[in-house]
Amino acid sequence: MSYALEINSLKKTYDNGFEALKGIDLTVEKGDFFALLGPNGAGKSTTIGILCSLVNKSSGSVKVMGYDIDHDFGMAKRHLGVVPQEFNFNQFEKTQNILINTAGYHGIPRAEATPRIEHYLKRLGLWDKRDNPSRALSGGMKRRLLIARALVHQPDLLILDEPTAGVDIELRRGMWDFLTEINNQGTTIILTTHYLEEAEALCRNVSIINHGEIIANSSTRDLLASLHTVTFVCDLAAPIDSVPVIEGYECALPDAMTLEVEVDKGQSLNEVFAALSAHQVSVTSMRTKTNRLEELFVSMTSGDSK
Amino acid sequence: MSLANYEEKATDFGNPNWVAYQTIVRTEVRRFTRIWVQTMIPPAITMTLYFIIFGSLIGRRIGEMGGFDYMAYIVPGLIMMSVITNSYANVSSSFFGAKFGKFIEEMLVSPISNQTILLGYVTGGVARAVFVGIIVTILSLFFTHLAIHNILAVVSITLLTAVLFSLLGFINGVYAKRFDDVSIVPTFVLTPLTYLGGVFFSIDLLPDFWAGVAQLNPILYVVNAFRFGILGVSDISLGWAYGILISMTVVAYVIAVRLLANGAGVRS
Repeated sequence: MSYALEINSLKKTYDNGFEALKGIDLTVEKGDFFALLGPNGAGKSTTIGILCSLVNKSSGSVKVMGYDIDHDFGMAKRHLGVVPQEFNFNQFEKTQNILINTAGYHGIPRAEATPRIEHYLKRLGLWDKRDNPSRALSGGMKRRLLIARALVHQPDLLILDEPTAGVDIELRRGMWDFLTEINNQGTTIILTTHYLEEAEALCRNVSIINHGEIIANSSTRDLLASLHTVTFVCDLAAPIDSVPVIEGYECALPDAMTLEVEVDKGQSLNEVFAALSAHQVSVTSMRTKTNRLEELFVSMTSGDSK
Repeated sequence: MSLANYEEKATDFGNPNWVAYQTIVRTEVRRFTRIWVQTMIPPAITMTLYFIIFGSLIGRRIGEMGGFDYMAYIVPGLIMMSVITNSYANVSSSFFGAKFGKFIEEMLVSPISNQTILLGYVTGGVARAVFVGIIVTILSLFFTHLAIHNILAVVSITLLTAVLFSLLGFINGVYAKRFDDVSIVPTFVLTPLTYLGGVFFSIDLLPDFWAGVAQLNPILYVVNAFRFGILGVSDISLGWAYGILISMTVVAYVIAVRLLANGAGVRS
């Protein structure tokens, strides 16, 4: 099977001796929406840096859409679009010119690039700013400009390195919709993010990297299924004085109107509600205490497996 | 757009490196013309002052040099001085600026070959050198009469010099880590070498020892070869000048390409 991304035994040791990647293997299927997660310094940015030639690998191989980045450099790059964390465009250049230049670097002449650029600038709400210098754009607009720039050559694999960092909720939701749209059109997307809610909502498959090694790699659903305990927070209709005893479940009462219940894998919420009804406790709403993926992520990367 | 369609369209565009090359050159030319107050005006003012002070005021007392009045004698060297400093400064500052602002990454993540990147920057440097060279030449006509002795030598030496110093500027830009690093070489190396490179005097005036030392200065060959093209006189053999210029250009090109291939200064 041909993958959108195929990484084999990838190692990177920096000049100062720091071993950022210890021989990772990773495959991402074509059309996937994939999350690469890990704490700061885990090796995510090094991996992305190697994919887009900003970091020289120490050993191993990388293929983008079946093209080896060493031997089929041009074709691999042609199929790859990257949205970096930092605003790495010329701040003195006009918004539209940044996209024209990027298209040119990919061998796309201005006449062919112009309608594409118009499409992406309009779709991302930047068309009115096309003649403004990029430094005059707001943070959210700059972030969208990075996405437009990564798409101007219409890559088959799009890598986004924390694309929604520092972006307000409304804009973040807008970006999610846009990314889902282009993923539905066939573009494979790899996302790194610190917002695990984002990864859980968008990504079908997840890989967690820590200390330069892949420590989990599976579908988001399977990964979440491996979570042994989920803490639910129940908002109560009326205050209670003491923690109700529910056999087999651990409960806590942070305040008189809030009850926390730990539910292990295999246990049922129906039992919890039945017991609460028996105690005359009425629940008006309920949510998980932390994002489920976040709970799993923290337990895996801290070495504290539940 | 599906992958298959994209590949077909990419092929239809022709040679992608040619489009990329044109893009870099257009960007470079737009950069130095947009900041013309910084790039075009200073050399025009500086050279006009040289013409007035060294040519008109001091030159009258000096009389002739190499069989020409002093003003006519120094004009070729001053034009070359402009070509050297502008080609070098354009590429070193532009490439370092792209590194500093991190937008060099736009090129590094694209399919452009290293040689295309290099040629694009060098062409930008040559374009600015030629622009400024023409401006200085036009200004010199207000002070002296220039009769071109050998147009082929004038054009070829100008282009070779601009290419060589653009390449050297590129190498400087690759190694530069701070803005100071792109001004150190022009200030402490290029300017002294230019002054000692026979712009204002014939090396025949120097004692034998220092005349021998002067021949280690590559700018001496540039200035004299260009002076031959304009006036028909030179302190050194034209063949030597071409040989040294071409050799240095080839060496600088190989070094620059290798630096890019190794990712020096731009990849970790």
